[in-house]
This record gives sequence, structure tokens and C-alpha cells, in this order.
Amino acid sequence: MTPSSTLTEPPARTAGGSAAARAARRRALLNWVAVHALAIAAALFFLLPFVFVFLTSVMNDQQALTTDYWPASWNWGNYGKVWDTPGFLTWWRNTLVYAGAGTLLTVLSSLPVAYALAKFRFRGRNLALMAVIAMMMLPPQVTVIPMYLFWAKQMGLGGSLWPLIIPTAFGDAFSIFLLRQFLLTIPKEYLEAARIDGCGDLRTLLRVVLPMAKPAIAAVALFQFFYCWNDYFGPQIYASDNHEAWTLSYGLESFKAAHHTNWNLTMAATLLVMAPVIVLFFFAQKAFIEGVTLTGVKG
Amino acid sequence: MSLAFGTRKGAGATTPAAPATQHLLRRKRRRETARTLAFLSPWLIGVSVFFVYPLVSTAYFSLTQYNGFGAPAFNGLKNWDYVLDELPTFWQGLRNTLWLVLVMVTLRVAFGLGIGLLITKVKTGAGFFRTVFYLPYLAPPVAATVAFAFLLNPGTGPLNHLLGELGLPQPGWFADPDWSKPALTLLAMWGIGDLMVIFMASLLDVPQEQYEAAELDGAGPFQRFRYVTLPNISPIIMFAVVTGVIQTMQYYTQAIVAGKVASGIAGNSGQQFEPGYPQGSTWTLPQMVYNLGFQRFDYGAACVVALVLFAISMAVTSILLRRRSGFMASDD
Repeated sequence: MTPSSTLTEPPARTAGGSAAARAARRRALLNWVAVHALAIAAALFFLLPFVFVFLTSVMNDQQALTTDYWPASWNWGNYGKVWDTPGFLTWWRNTLVYAGAGTLLTVLSSLPVAYALAKFRFRGRNLALMAVIAMMMLPPQVTVIPMYLFWAKQMGLGGSLWPLIIPTAFGDAFSIFLLRQFLLTIPKEYLEAARIDGCGDLRTLLRVVLPMAKPAIAAVALFQFFYCWNDYFGPQIYASDNHEAWTLSYGLESFKAAHHTNWNLTMAATLLVMAPVIVLFFFAQKAFIEGVTLTGVKG
Repeated sequence: MSLAFGTRKGAGATTPAAPATQHLLRRKRRRETARTLAFLSPWLIGVSVFFVYPLVSTAYFSLTQYNGFGAPAFNGLKNWDYVLDELPTFWQGLRNTLWLVLVMVTLRVAFGLGIGLLITKVKTGAGFFRTVFYLPYLAPPVAATVAFAFLLNPGTGPLNHLLGELGLPQPGWFADPDWSKPALTLLAMWGIGDLMVIFMASLLDVPQEQYEAAELDGAGPFQRFRYVTLPNISPIIMFAVVTGVIQTMQYYTQAIVAGKVASGIAGNSGQQFEPGYPQGSTWTLPQMVYNLGFQRFDYGAACVVALVLFAISMAVTSILLRRRSGFMASDD
């Protein structure tokens, strides 16, 4: 290598470097544009259904049957009409009772079980865990016939939501599994420290574990609430005979049938059923996302 | 996991303890068993009353003729013959389920992964996009299905209107037996939010150094995906596939509601709705349990289908248990 070439090299490298930097910046910009264009396209796919449902929900009866998608007039009264539909408030109340009681009982009954499965060492723990997973994966239809006969014929609870609420007091496989996954991450030093301080098992669970497990409990509670809110099969089996015991999910479908030509009212009702879960999500976004992640990723 | 009580037993065997100590040990062990049983008790009751008992009953009812009145009459394998030989709807349900598993699960996993990848690349407004992609997952299935029955209705639905404007064919969606399952698939793609979050989290967990190393070795974006991303997230893909198959085995609400809304027949109109509209194309095994048990009151035949459903679900679950040793992870 001659001295001259060493002398000419640094400027050349700088020039080439800035050209490369410019190229890199251009590539980064193009990449940014491509990614965001794709994201916007995807966002349209996820958002447009909501937009069309909303626009139709404020149309008048005639326009809702046309291919004209911008409301000619904004009939906010449609929501009032849906709200005043006979039964709608009852369905609302039933759903809240089912989801509220179901959520509370599920958390109360699943937490000690999850704690035992995560932190106690006992014979048959693996077997118990496999049974939890098997129950989690069991389609509800597999056991529905004997369960229906038991609740409706033997216990006389047909036409009510009790057959759906009572079992939540005996642990829910999915909640137990999710809580256990979380409790495994609590270092056992905390539990030992509590024991040395003279805490019994129950006190350790309530005073030490419960505060630490709040995010997981919130996630489980949300999942259970959504499950009950969305449940269609359960109310269809147990409550369909009794109009007074219908839930929103079951009622919405019959609402569509009763108003079979009124897409505007049906869409208003649909949004009214969706709204609470979406509002709840915005308040508890973090807990919910953490819960989803916990089920899938943290084996 | 070590065997339960393993260490304590071992300790007792190697050091011959004084009778008093042994007595104390035994008492301690009894106390521990009692506390374990106490903590497990809600679930022990739950598992026997809501799992073991109904499962055994289902197996028993599948061998009887029973319509809910009088006593179940034992009739051997007649229900099995009836369901497997005389009910073409059984095989149709199985074929539909196979279709849904192959198409819906594959597309959902692929699309969920795609959206998960996309969201990890988004620099501006990531929070907004993540929320938008996630929201439809929260829509109650009945509400989402009714909404899609409107969006996809052949005459005035926005989607067919758009397809018409673009000069594309306008399928009959929920009203056409060839298009009803694709319509349900489209609905399933809309609710991809859960998979998006799971994939997003696992993609962010891939060690960054591996990408850097691959880049130094001259790997392009596609090769980096193939040789770094995929191997790292393959357990999550496996998890998504297996849980997807199990969910599809249970596929019920969307199929029955779509059929009811598209056919214009509903639960309280006095007309009985035969699930599977149009022409059995959305018919699945869970709906068959409902139809045989609660519409035809043939509990025996319904229990046969329930057992088939159980067998398939548990076969798939066993794959999950074998592949995901993480499920059995313990603290020791």
C-alpha cells in the first residue's frame, strides 16, 4: 500500500460513508412508509366493520335496507328504541348478575387451588395438573347432557342461570391454570419469610401472595367476566325456556329475529352489547394484555 | 419435579430418628396432607361433580335409549350404529370440522403471526394500531356474528357492494353453502387479537444478538425470519395450532348464530331452527349434540357424539401436554 493511497483513503471513506448513510436513511424511510401503509390497511380491515355497524345503527328503517352507507339523517333515537325493547333491561341485569357472581366466585375458589398446585409439594400433583389441563380443553358439550339432567330434572333449576353460576364456586380450570403459572414466578423466599414470621398458610396466601398476584387475579377476573358476558351455549341450554332469565348474548339473537327487517335497530343493539366489554378493556388494558401473554408465552 | 415428600422420606430413611421425632414427622406430614386437601377442596369437588360424574354418565347414556322421561333403557351399541351409519349429518359435521381446522386454524395462525410481526415493526402510533388490531377479539361472538351477517349479506351488505364496485364476484356468504365456511373464516380472522398479542410478546423475546449475528453473516430479511425468528417462536406456533384445533372442535356459537340470522329463523319465532344452514354447511359436532339432545330429545345419540368430541379433544390435548413440558413446570 503506497503512502498516497493511505492519504486519499480517509476522505474517500467519509464520502462513501455519507452516501451509504443517505442510502440507509432512504431505506429506513421506505421501510417506515411500507410498514405503516400495511398497518393502515390492516387497521381498516379491523375497524371498518365497527364503522359500518355504527353508521347503520343511526339510519332510519328505510335507508338501512339500501346500499347507501352514509346516514341521510342521524337517528340517535334508535338506541333509545333498543333500550326500551321489552326484556332488554332484564337481559342486561341477568348478564351482569351471571358475569359478576361468576367472576367473584371463580377468583375466590380458584386462587387457593392454584396456590396449592404452584407451591405445595404433594403426591399426585402432576396428575392434578394434567386433570386441570384436560378440563380446560374439554368442550362444554361433552358433559352437557348429564349436567342438564342433573340441574333441570334433579335440582329443578331449569329456566334459570343458577346451573351456570353455581359451578363457578368450585374452581375454573383455565383460571387455576393461569393463576398457577403466575404464582410459580413468586420466589419461595417470600413464603418462607412469612412462615418464619409465624404466618399460617391461609394468612400467607391472603397477606403475602394475594397482593403480589394482583395483576394475575385482575387478568383472571377479566377473562371470566368476558366469558360469562359472551356465553351463548350455557344460557341457550338452561335459560332459553324462560324469557325472564335470558342474557344479552341470547337475547340479541332473538332481537334480530323479532326485527328481521330492521338492520338499523339490530346494529344499535349489537353495539350496545359490545360496548361494555370494550369500555372495560380500555380501563383494564394492561391486565388483559398481560393475561393473554401469560397464557401463551410463559409456559 | 421430584416425587412428593421425596426429600422428607429420604431423610427419615437415612437417619434413624428417635421415636419422638418420628412421631413429630408423621404428625407434620398428616398436617401437610390436610392443608393440601383443604386448599384443593373446591376443585376436588368441582372435578368430581362437573367432570368425572358427567363424563361417566355420558358414557353410560351413550349405551341407553333415553328421552329424559322414565329410566334410561340399556340398548348396547345401537346408538353408535345409528349415529355412525344412519346419520349422514355426523360425517358431514366431521368433514366441516376438518375443513375448519385445516383452513381456519392455518389462516388464523399465519395471519396472527403476520399481524404480530407487523406490530413489532410499527414505529409511529404502535399503541393505536395494537388497540385497533386487538379490539375485535373482545366483541362478544354473538354480536360479532350478527354484525358480520349484516356486513356480508349478499344483497345490501357493504362488502358485496364494494366487491361489485371493483367488478369482482359477489358471493352469497352465509346464504351459500360453498361460501358459508369462508364467511365464518373471515369472521375468525377479524378476531385475531389474542394471537397477535401472544406472537408479539414471543417475537419481542427473540434475542436481539441472534439477529445481529445473522446480519453479520449476510442474512437478508427473509433468511433472518426463516433461521432466527421461526426457530425461536416455534413453541408458540405449536401452542397456537394445538389450542386452535381444540377451539375449532368446540366451534358452536358463531356457526349457529350465523345460520339462524342468515336463514331468518330464530329461537323464539316458534319455528325450530335446524343447525347447519345452509344445507348443513355450517354444521359442527357440538351443534349436533345440541340438536340431538335438546331438539330431538335423543340423549343416547347425543352422548355418542359427545364422546367422539371428547376423544378427539383429548387426543389433541395429549399432543399439547407432550410437546409443552412448560405446562408441567414447577418451582423445584
